[in-house]
Order: sequence, then C-alpha cells, then structure tokens
Amino acid sequence: MLHTLSIGELGESLSSRRLSSVELTRHFLARIERLNPALNALITLTGDRALAAAAAADARRASGEKGPLLGIPLIHKDIFCTDGVRTSCGSRMLDNFVSPYDATVVTRLKAAGAVMLGKANMDEFAMGSSNETSYYGPVKNPWDLTKVPGGSSGGSAAAMAARLAAYTTGTDTGGSIRQPAALTGVTGIKPTYGRVSRYGMIAFASSLDQAGVFARSAADAAVVLQAMAGFDPKDSTSIDAPVPDYHASLNAPLAGLKIGLLREFFEGLEARNAALIHDALKIYRSLGAETVEVSLPHLPMSVPTYYVVAPAECSSNLSRFDGVRFGYRCSEPKDLLDLYTRSRGEGFGAEVKRRIMTGTYVLSAGYFDAYYLKAQKVRRLITDDFRAAFAQVDLLIGPTTPTPAFAIGAKIDDPVTMYLNDIYTIGANLAGLPAMSLPCGFVDELPMGLQLIGPHFSEAKLLNAAHRFQESTDWHRRSPRGYE
Amino acid sequence: MSLTRQDVAKIAHLARLSITEQEMPVYVTSLSSIVNFVDELSRAQTGDVLPMAHPLDGQHQRLRADEVSESDNREKYQSNAPQVQAGLYVVPRVIE
Repeated sequence: MLHTLSIGELGESLSSRRLSSVELTRHFLARIERLNPALNALITLTGDRALAAAAAADARRASGEKGPLLGIPLIHKDIFCTDGVRTSCGSRMLDNFVSPYDATVVTRLKAAGAVMLGKANMDEFAMGSSNETSYYGPVKNPWDLTKVPGGSSGGSAAAMAARLAAYTTGTDTGGSIRQPAALTGVTGIKPTYGRVSRYGMIAFASSLDQAGVFARSAADAAVVLQAMAGFDPKDSTSIDAPVPDYHASLNAPLAGLKIGLLREFFEGLEARNAALIHDALKIYRSLGAETVEVSLPHLPMSVPTYYVVAPAECSSNLSRFDGVRFGYRCSEPKDLLDLYTRSRGEGFGAEVKRRIMTGTYVLSAGYFDAYYLKAQKVRRLITDDFRAAFAQVDLLIGPTTPTPAFAIGAKIDDPVTMYLNDIYTIGANLAGLPAMSLPCGFVDELPMGLQLIGPHFSEAKLLNAAHRFQESTDWHRRSPRGYE
Repeated sequence: MSLTRQDVAKIAHLARLSITEQEMPVYVTSLSSIVNFVDELSRAQTGDVLPMAHPLDGQHQRLRADEVSESDNREKYQSNAPQVQAGLYVVPRVIE
C-alpha cells in the first residue's frame, strides 16, 4: 500500500516511473476523503491544487529533474501562510483570511516539488495541548477516537498517524510537535531555535516558536528537515549557518555516545511509562552507547517560566488582530474601542483570551519585575543547567509526556492541569534546543514517546540516534486499527 | 494570590478584549489559578542572574540594506480587509 511506504521508497517508485505523483496524490486524497470525517484532522482540502502540483512534479521528473521530495504529498499545519489558500490558525479570527503570500517553509517545500493536500487542524493560534481549542472542533486520536491527539499540532500528528500524507509539518513552542507525536505514535522533530525560518508562520511566542516535521520515521524526517532548514533573511532570528547533510550521518555508529538520563523526568512518572524508557536505554546500550544519570535542578521551574514568557509574547504578538486590516470584524461597531474589543472578544476563543490576559497581567505596571523579569532570569538558569549537562553527555533522554493520550474533555476546564502536559517538553524550547519524540511502546494500548534532546544544532546527531533506535525497534511501524 | 472581577476587567481593557458576563467568573477563577501557579517562580534564587530574552546567546540583530524589496501589492493585501474605500481601510469615525 502506497501510504505505508517511506519517502525514500516513494521516491524510487516515482523516479523509476512505476508510479506517478498524480496517482500517489489521488491515493492520499481518497484516504483523506474516507478517513478524515471521523478524525477532523484536516480543516481545508486543496485537492485540485494538489493534482495540479502533482502533474507539475511529474512533468519535472519527465524532464530529468530529481529530488527526494519531488511529487511527494504533504499536509501543512494551518499556521503556515499559503498563498491563495485560507490560513486560519484554527481561529474564528482568521476564518476568512486567504493568505496573500507563502511562508518560507511552504516556499522551500514547494521548490522541492512537494504536493500540498490540505491544511491541518490545530489548537487556536497553537495555544493548547489537546487540539480542543480549535474553532473547527477537536481532532480525534486515530488510536482511540475518544482520546485527544495532543496539541497544538494535533491535526498534523493525527493525519500522520492515519497515514493521510507522506509527512506533515508542525510547529513547537512548548512541545506542540513532540507531545502530539508521542500521543499518536509518530516521529516528530523540533529543530534548534532559528534553524527553520519563522517567516509566514503565524507568531505565538517569538522567542520559542520553531517549525518542524512529523514523519513515519527519523529517516523520513531527515529528508524533510533538509529541505526546510537554512538561513532566511526574512526572519530576523534565522541562523546563518550551513545545514549539514542529515541523511549522510543517519547510520553513523553510536559506540561511545554518552546519553544522559534526566533524573527530574522520572520523579513521579508512572512505573509502566518509566519501564518503556528503560527498555529504550537497554537498546541504546546494546548499540554501544553509555548511559549516565544527570540532574537539571532548575528544570521543574520550566512550566511556570513558560507560562509567563509565552503568554507575555503572545499578548504582544496577537495585538495585531484588531479588526481593521484583516481577520474578523464585529458587526456594527459603535466606535473604534468597541471595534477593537468586540472584534477581539468575539474573534478569539477562550484559551487564547486567557493567555492574552495572562500576558497582559505579567507585563503590566507593578507586576513586570515579579513575573516577566523573574521568568527571564529563571529561563537563564534552566538554559545553564542544559549547558552544564551537555558538557558531560552528548544527548539527553526521557519520556515525552507523563501519560498517554487522555480523554477528550478531561482537562479542558482546568488550564493548570492542561499546562502540566508540557512538563517534559518545555525545557528544550526555553533553551532553544533541538529535540525529538519517537514511538517507544504502548501503555493501555496507546502509544508513548521517547524524547531525545541535544545541544544547539545537533539535529544530525539526534536523527542518527533516532534512526538507529528505529532500526532495532518496530514501534514506529505500528498503525492504529482501521488505518493500516 | 486571587484576582478580583475588577482586576480581570482592567486586564481585559488593557488587552482590548470584551468579556461577557458569562465568561467573567471563569476568567476570575482560571486567571487566579494561573497566577498562583506561576508564583512558584518567586522561590527561585535568581540573585544577579541576567534576564534571558533570546535562546541563542551572542546573536546580534541583523540589519539589511535600506533598499526597496517589496513591490506594491495593495489590492491583494486589502482583499482581506473587512472594509476598504478608495484604497483606504475604513474604521468608525475617530475625530468628530
């Protein structure tokens, strides 16, 4: 079946002309038509554009062009601006917004010959850990339709788990790629801050946001990240440094690799979940890696730090939605203040308003020092802890999430409980580090994720370690029942 | 620390958000619990630690040459506007 093939295998079929991109695209579009209604993973379908892009990719191949992503179908998270296609960010505020330009991620993948099938559902403005805050309704987890897929990139993760595309894109501000990847049993990578351009990626918290990939495997993720990464003068924090060949180092031996087990991640972790991580460590030891326990004493502060820094940046970024130039406008505003407050009050959902208000509060006169400045100082302490750890070890390892996927509705009324879902993922964002989640087993028949965190710009090493793990395990090959 | 209705109303005004009567008690409760949660930060010993605004230390703000890099796309951009007239964005009267 075409949807079970890797990007490499699909590329071989396409280049040998056993398969055309149009056929492959039709296959995925048919799967989306059949499977998406129950999942709600996609909120905009672009079938006609996809078939046109596929025909163009076939023509490029016929004229001798090659490329690992040429003619391969994907789904973009609806946070990436797509020229001429609605870009809603999961919000009523942008329900009517047709982007007039492409995000750099979209431009780069288009140039590589990617075929966009549609746009993925997401938590509104990427604020959520369950995909329940979307204006377009919750996404269901293909492993159990009563469970959340995680968030905020829940649609991208569910679509990957259901094999509705060869790969999908996502963004990760506090775990929004890794947490849903873990809860849906797929591979996800959040690169180093600045590795992938943020241009045209609707901003949530600008010092934390980073784009990445969901894929069937680390090897597939390496191919996609290769095309996405690199300097972009349009993003003021883009890193001007060469991108290594991620594919070339996938098979490097792990002998001598030092892996640090994050002690703080195991405090209070349920025994069955901890056992999966210890099983993974055994595999790494059998591959020649050394494992040592390390401690990051300030890491437990990462959730409160994040829930000051991220809302502060969000309150500033989302001030652009004013009902004047684009987006939702309330009906019959009586004056300019009424236009602003009602357009924003009606256009934003409950969680987005909560975060804007949290951010406004921590930045307001009298509270700035106690909250925002304090959080920025603790952010440095956490970052220094990571730096000290990476002086001893090459990679850090731990669980991605404290539990497998939880029931839809279980946590949505209690924001602090919901925020604690991100307890293991937020540290990497605060420190700007690259990190991955890999399927590592099941608890209660639901997938769990193994998290790898590396020093800045260590994506090649992370992908290498992930690929070697996936050569020794088959968790990443499992598909939910009904989606095989 | 607990926020009052008046606190939330003030924050909402600063953030230019209208909050309905039904929403108000939910925000009073949830914002109070969030503020209590992040109060945990006060326990951290930060002494003379420098605040960190950006995850990659030592990165400097790039400047670009002061040259025209965008062409005129006014019509395309304004096609997303709620109300335009003669190429201008229309809002309620501001000056009487």
